Order: sequence, then C-alpha cells, then structure tokens
Amino acid sequence: MKIFVKFFASAREAVGSDNVQVAVKEGATANDVLELFGSQFETMNRLRPYVRVAVNQSYVVNDHVLHEGDEVAIIPPVSGG
Amino acid sequence: MPIKVFIPTPLRPFTEKRDTVEAEGATVGEVLQDLLRKHSQLQPHLYSENGAMRSYVNIYVNDEDIRYLSKEKTPVKSSDTVSIIPSIAGGVDVAVETDIQLSKEELLRYSRHLLIPEVGLTGQKKLKAAKVLVIGAGGLGSPVSMYLAAAGVGTIGIVDFDVVDATNLQRQILHSTNDVGRSKLESARETLKGINPNVVIKTHEERLSSENALELFAGYDVIVDGTDNFPTRYLVNDACVLLNKPYVYGSILRFDGQVSVFDARRGPCYRCLYPTPPPPGLVPSCAEGGVLGVLPGIIGTLQALEAIKLILGEGEPLVGKLVLFDALKFSFRELKLRRDPNCPVCGDNPTIHELIDYDQFCGVKPPTVEETIDEETEITVEQLKARLDRGDDLFILDVREPHEYEIANIGAPLIPLGELPKRFREIDSSKEIIIHCKSGRRSALAADFLRKNGFKSVKNLVGGIDAWSERIDPNVPHY
Repeated sequence: MKIFVKFFASAREAVGSDNVQVAVKEGATANDVLELFGSQFETMNRLRPYVRVAVNQSYVVNDHVLHEGDEVAIIPPVSGG
Repeated sequence: MPIKVFIPTPLRPFTEKRDTVEAEGATVGEVLQDLLRKHSQLQPHLYSENGAMRSYVNIYVNDEDIRYLSKEKTPVKSSDTVSIIPSIAGGVDVAVETDIQLSKEELLRYSRHLLIPEVGLTGQKKLKAAKVLVIGAGGLGSPVSMYLAAAGVGTIGIVDFDVVDATNLQRQILHSTNDVGRSKLESARETLKGINPNVVIKTHEERLSSENALELFAGYDVIVDGTDNFPTRYLVNDACVLLNKPYVYGSILRFDGQVSVFDARRGPCYRCLYPTPPPPGLVPSCAEGGVLGVLPGIIGTLQALEAIKLILGEGEPLVGKLVLFDALKFSFRELKLRRDPNCPVCGDNPTIHELIDYDQFCGVKPPTVEETIDEETEITVEQLKARLDRGDDLFILDVREPHEYEIANIGAPLIPLGELPKRFREIDSSKEIIIHCKSGRRSALAADFLRKNGFKSVKNLVGGIDAWSERIDPNVPHY
C-alpha cells in the first residue's frame, strides 16, 4: 500500500527531502517507516529514537498500524531559541 | 448507576456550590443529560442553542479527554468520575485585586485593546495584574517580551546571564548595535521600559537551574520559554508540571518552528511529546545550524499571543496541539497531541517528584565545569598548533558543510558529517587523524564514527574552527 511521508527540521535534512511517497506492506507500522528511512540514511538512523511520528495530523505511538493513503509526518525535536 | 461529576469553580453557582454532584447514565452523554435535568441552569454553559457541546468545554472521564475516546458515547461505570473542564477554568488564575486601576494615560495607550469586548477594561486589568516569566532574552524572548510589554502585562520577569554578541543582532530585536558587550538584561530592560514605562521589569541575572527554578517560577502566572537548549527545556517543563503552571513553548531552527502550550492540568506536557532528549550534537542549536532572523519573530509573537490568551481566559489555548511552521513552504500544521499516561512527570504514576540533573539527563557536560581535555580522544587548538609547528604528519579533516567551508577554512580536506559513512575510505588511516567542525560537536560524532570503523588514532579538535579563529589565527573569519 502507498503512504505519504513528510519530514521536518533535521529529519528533512537527514533524508534530503521533505515529501516522499513509499510503498509498504499491509500491516506496516509507524516504526517500520522509521526503520525504512533509517536503513537508507545514517543521520536518520541516529535520529530515530528521538523523533515523534504523527499520522494524519495526530501524534501516534510507534507501533501504530498504517493504512493506505496515510500521511506520516516525522518530527524531530528542535531546541533553538 | 450514579456517576460522580466534577463541577469546575465557575459553574458551582449552578450546583448549590458543590464541586461534585451525582448523575445517572451508562454513557457520558446520558450522564450529562441527567445532570442538566437536575441542574438546568448549567445548560447554556455546556451546550449552545443548537444543542452542540460548546467548544470551550472539555469533558474528561477520569484522566482522558472524551474527544480521544468515543466522545459523548463514551461508556462510564460507577467507579468513574466525569469532569467538566471549561478551557478557561484551566487557564491562569490571575488574582485581579480590586484596587488595580488604569490611569488616564493607560486608558489611552490601551485604547485598541479596550475596544475589543474580549479584552475590555476587565481584560486589560487582568493583563496589568499578570506576572509572566520569559526565559531567555534572545531570539524568541525578544518578540515575546516586547509584545507583552506593549500589551500591558504588569510584571515581566526575564532570566538570562549572557552579554549581547554581534551574532545576536540578526534576530534578537531587544538589542541594538550599541548594546554589543552589554548585559542582555540591561539592554532588555531599557528596550522594554522604552516601549511601556508602566510595566515592572524584573531581571534575574542567573543561569536557570534545578536549584533556583521552582522558587523563581512560583512568583509568576505564566512561563514562556525562549531558551536555546534541551536541558533547560526539560527543566522548564518539569518545574511547570510540579508547580501547575502553564508552559508556553516555542522552538526554532533554520526555517522550522514549533509552538505549543503545555499545561499538565488539562493536557500533555513536553515530555509526553519528546520523552527522550537527543544526544548532544545530533539536533543542531541555532548557534550550530543557523536560523533565519525573522523566524523567532513569527514563533515568538505566537507565544506572546498564547500567553495573553491564557491571562485573558479567552479563546482556545494551544493545549494538546503542536503547531509546526515551515517558513520555506509557508505551511502551518496543527498536530493533535495526547497526554501520555506513562509520562514520568505528568503521568498516572509519576516517578519524577522533584527537579533532576538536566545536563546529565540530556548527556550534556555541565556548563560550569572547567573544560577538561581527554588526551586520548581530544586535542586543543594550542596543542594542534604546536604539533603542526613541530612538523608532525597529521591528517586534518573538516566535517562541516560546503557553504561553511566557503566562509572560513583552515585548508583541511572536507567531508561533511552526513557523507562520512559513504566516504570515510578516502581518509588515510595510517596517519593520526584530527577532526574539526565549527564548535567541536559534529566532529566528536565523526570521531566516534571513525573509531567504530577501525581507525586507531582519531582526535577531536575541541572548540573547532571557532576556537582556532579566536585563539590561534584571527585571520580566519568567525561566523
């Protein structure tokens, strides 16, 4: 199934893109998406334990099961002031 | 089956002043209907004329907002408590003393506020009675404190211990060119008094810490966070949870901003959002990653707006929502955030009952400790200079980004940190390797990476090219 992944702040820089469409298997979770991009991008892999995932504009826990067409936002913490 | 219903203070006049009443029903909707049968005067406060629940009324079953359960169809059992929490009741309880008066000058100054029914004379007096603490007189603290002063917030406290630096001026509009080298607090006081001499400015020239935070926060109604580091953010959050104070959160980097209001009495806290801080260096600060100067202007004014709404008790505060702003796309997104029942500080069984060591929690070296060098893994700029002068054969590697290299470099080959996993084989592993970046954080990560990949002799240049520019070669531009 297709999902849409959006990256913010340092996650966007880690994968070099702000918007990616990917195909994942049925029953895939938010964590599977993090693993997918973590395996391709070293900095994303290091950010992985500290980011939060929002699906369709609501924050979810990492074992949240995804559905066709979901928008998955990956949001790392930001500290600047 | 009778269910306990908690009534908030503003609605108790309609329940014979009782804070808890009983009503029957198997769902939240049925319980509320029974409640209204028994206390009909509550009706207009809970429902609009068309029968919809008022947007500013939140209903909780025990600790859960029914919006996240099955709304009015949420089932209840006899051990449950249904709580009615109007948004405003959880706001700031500003004690408006009856003797708060506005002078003729103030009535004129606040004219455009007084014309808005939601502010009016009552609201303007609330603002005058309110005490807001702004943490940091920097990028966010500037617009926050300036707009709060202009709005007539009676007491504004500011915590900072820094002096104005030339690199601050691109965004920290509290300070002017002539203020470089001055205490930020002195400069801030002058600017804010210039905007509105009626406002009391309290300056706290100290580093916020676990030792002073609770005492300091206790004197304020709202805490607005404009700090630039993770340890202070967790400290501010925990202190606000422990003291039941609303925490107006804002954070920026490059083109991205985040805003929220954390109020553990009626929503999630910062730890519910980010339970674990990232290790130092992984997420850059503004000093490391840069920030567009206007960005704190946008995020800081949103924080000032939320602080003012909390004081007025008007509208819907940004509780349980995180707003993300992407300046490049001009997109604002509002994400729903839930309280984490397992949160160590605001959860059902909290394990944190007092402030902890936040530098340790975030893996940061405490800032007061003298820099000590680990001779095995680190080298100072002075040591490096001496070794180069001696003619030692070293491989110096720069792991910054190309656009930084263009501003200033010391002639070392460049492999940006992000490309290191693909390109580390370009490095001559037979030589002793010295890695540098701007300040020493990214190069520390790079050094760890190389050691894990079999490089025997790798040292991190402490303080990076900044230290080199400052202490060895002033011809290298500082940026």
